Amino acid sequence: MSLSTPLTRVRASRDDLLMRAGVALLAVVLLLMVGLPLWSLLVKGFQDRDGNFVGLANYVSYFSTPALFNSALNSLHVAAVCTLIVVPIAFLYAYALTRAVLPLRWLFQGVALIPIFAPSLLPGLALIYLFGTQGFFKSWLGGGQIYGFEGIVIAQVFYCLPHAMMILVTALATADARLYEAADVLGASKLRVFFTVTLPGAKYGVISAALVVFTLVITDFGVAKVIGGNFNVLATDVYKQVIGQQNFSMGAVVGMVLLAPAALAFAVDRFVQRKQVALLTARAVPLVPRRKAGRDIFYTLFCTLVAAGILAILGMAVWSSFIKYWPYNLSLTWANYKFEAFDANGWDSYTNSLVMAAGAAIVGTALTFTGAWLTEKTRGFHLVRDLVRLLAFLPMAVPGLVLGLGYIFFFNAPANPLNFLYATMAILVINTVAHFYTVGHLTATTALKQIDPEFEAVSASLKVPIWRTFARVTAPICLPSILDVAVYLFVNAMTTVSSVIFLYSPDTKLASVAAVNIEEAGTTAAATALCVVIVVTSAAVKALHLLADRFVLGHLQAWRRR
Amino acid sequence: MRGASEDVRNPLTQPLPLAGEWGKIRLPYLEVRNLHKRFGDFTALGDISLDIGEGEFVCFLGPSGCGKTTLLRAIAGLDPQTSGTIRQKGRDVSALPPAQRDFGIVFQSYALFPNLSVADNVGYGLVSRRQKRAEIARRVGELLAMVGLPDAGPKYPAQLSGGQQQRVALARALATSPGLLLLDEPLSALDARVRLRLRHEIKALQRTLGVTTIMVTHDQEEALTMADRIVVMNQGAIEQVGGPQDVYRAPSTAFVADFVGAMNFLDGTFTAPDRVSVGAASFACLPQDGLATGSKVRLCIRPEDVRVRDLPAGIPNRLTVTVGELDFVGAFCRASLRAAEIALVADFSSNLMRDLGVARGKTLDVALPPDRLRVFTA
Repeated sequence: MSLSTPLTRVRASRDDLLMRAGVALLAVVLLLMVGLPLWSLLVKGFQDRDGNFVGLANYVSYFSTPALFNSALNSLHVAAVCTLIVVPIAFLYAYALTRAVLPLRWLFQGVALIPIFAPSLLPGLALIYLFGTQGFFKSWLGGGQIYGFEGIVIAQVFYCLPHAMMILVTALATADARLYEAADVLGASKLRVFFTVTLPGAKYGVISAALVVFTLVITDFGVAKVIGGNFNVLATDVYKQVIGQQNFSMGAVVGMVLLAPAALAFAVDRFVQRKQVALLTARAVPLVPRRKAGRDIFYTLFCTLVAAGILAILGMAVWSSFIKYWPYNLSLTWANYKFEAFDANGWDSYTNSLVMAAGAAIVGTALTFTGAWLTEKTRGFHLVRDLVRLLAFLPMAVPGLVLGLGYIFFFNAPANPLNFLYATMAILVINTVAHFYTVGHLTATTALKQIDPEFEAVSASLKVPIWRTFARVTAPICLPSILDVAVYLFVNAMTTVSSVIFLYSPDTKLASVAAVNIEEAGTTAAATALCVVIVVTSAAVKALHLLADRFVLGHLQAWRRR
Repeated sequence: MRGASEDVRNPLTQPLPLAGEWGKIRLPYLEVRNLHKRFGDFTALGDISLDIGEGEFVCFLGPSGCGKTTLLRAIAGLDPQTSGTIRQKGRDVSALPPAQRDFGIVFQSYALFPNLSVADNVGYGLVSRRQKRAEIARRVGELLAMVGLPDAGPKYPAQLSGGQQQRVALARALATSPGLLLLDEPLSALDARVRLRLRHEIKALQRTLGVTTIMVTHDQEEALTMADRIVVMNQGAIEQVGGPQDVYRAPSTAFVADFVGAMNFLDGTFTAPDRVSVGAASFACLPQDGLATGSKVRLCIRPEDVRVRDLPAGIPNRLTVTVGELDFVGAFCRASLRAAEIALVADFSSNLMRDLGVARGKTLDVALPPDRLRVFTA
């Protein structure tokens, strides 16, 4: 009887139709932004220079050319060493910030975040000034040189530290004080408490931090470009194959090789995160560290040392950017900031960066937030929603250089009707949004999951169109997260080098790319100056964000107060 | 409280009339027919049919996972059924999206819009109906006064207590004068004291407005005090539909007997049309239809129906029991009693305790009145 009754097929309301159209449109946009460029790259790896299918010939030649294959080994080697150095330092630093009583805690936290606002070129350049052929402390190396493996490692440690630290601070901050009280009452030793309570609680954070550092080092291009010397890595190989030798097919192959470890690390991270359960229940008592002289002094010293290292590298970059003629004339000058003298674009590249970053922030925030909302709230339509989720996750696993290369192949193809976008500012914005899409999507999804799932049901029962509830309730509630995403996109658009280096035209050159070009031409001081301008700009935007968060948002969001 | 519902002469609890008599009675406001809901292999609702009359207050009662919320959400169209039909006021709404159905809904989480003032929350559904501003303000004021929060308009939800927030949610749901009010565990997130007060207020409001109301709850006391009719559900099926008195006094299944109120269960064998043996003892009960002699049964009696005082000679089902644990519950004591292999609990008033000097270890004579015994197949 029940089997013969017809199944209920619910008619779609106007809201449903509108949202499904939105999800479908989003799927198309993401396919164009992410899916098809990567597909073009994949295809290109199986073609010769003239576009004929050659099967695995390119891969065979890659793996049988020791010069190329060695880069892959070098990349893995550097990434592994950096991970082993960064994660313990970041763990101790994060532990100090969350579990010890530090004087000027906010300052220590702020200093450790600075590298995020710098292009990865900056630590490389600063190291040249410190230990390069004419470096201040060259004698310390005792005949060795900074160009190569050691230089890359030191610069990467600077560059990756904040990423690992932020993850570990989050992991260590969510501790239940009652677990420690229970361990205390049961008479566990400090060491035992660390291994049975602290470490298990932060386990997933440690794994995640390690994978993030590994991926960052493998995929980063700026550091190796500046200070790698003859030590070749995958990222510089892609650049050399494509820009230097115009060998796009081999570039594509190296790109695919570069994609493999990044994608693997990403997959492992997702797998591990899935196993994680909420350790901090709503009833947990947050852990507030108490004063303990010995421990606090140790951690204050440790943090001072690390912060000093970060400031030394940053300070060196700032100072050297003002110096007339290193190392012979150390008097100060603004000359290095007159970029017209070093690059045809002059300060225009900086203006371009601002326009691009603002564009990416606005377009990217609107797209990720609306996209996340559509993906979460559309009824039915599961297949398309899953496709959108997959495409939103993909960019996280794809190195910028690989995505940029894919863009060349896809958008520069004469047959592509979107060809007109090539070499415009628009493609830089699109590419940057695509490159950093995942974090925006995840942040928006998390924010949406935190609000009551029944808002849509209520507005349907009140016959209010769903988009109205989106504009009047959902988006205003998520405003802090929306701002977070916008600032994240802005800062990354300012500092990124990898993806956009293949896509700029003479008119749309960005500051970070100009810095690479200037450095390539041998004018280290001006390149450093340009990096300093980028750091100052992105840090200023972040500072504005914090101020806005504190004062403007507090005022606009009076409803949060009890 | 419970007595009030006896006055409700609901045609739907009566046997269905013959075809020719349809015109004489009201059609049900909501007709649910053969509703199924499956999630993969799991059957959340299996062939549910139910009629709800206009102006009725119906409670879906059952343990968590019994399908009561699933049924409510199917009626709202939020999570549509797999198959089956739902007619509201004669109109087939089975395949309509929620926005095209006529209902107001209140959730356990209140789901108030935190960034809008209380007045904007209540007026949320009115604004989109293009009513005049002054008209909306008047209606909002009226609704807030109705739920007892005349001055809360300019406040934000976070500034109100849980009980106040739930009243605002109720006002918002009623603002557009829906024909059907759906309440999904509206009181579960509140303190016991607030919960008691809101029970009365919601019931009084519903009676004044006469709006057909369905409330989902797992709290049997809530259902007994508020509902005109209770739909007891278990494992995706309806166990019993009836007034609070029926459900409490005459549970139709062992599950209902156990779930609603406290109940003693004695495992026994059906030996004659009006006799059940439990171990060595034999009890008289009302004549039962449809039970084969020799079949395994469960004999039930409520703790308050165990008789102790003034037992006349020759009273049936007399037992001599020893008093075990005594749990003091305030107005009465719940006593554990034992006679050979029979274990019972009984509620004794404080007076009775004093008068008979009931104490742990003492022996007592009790009787289980045959008209209060119910028999279910085991």
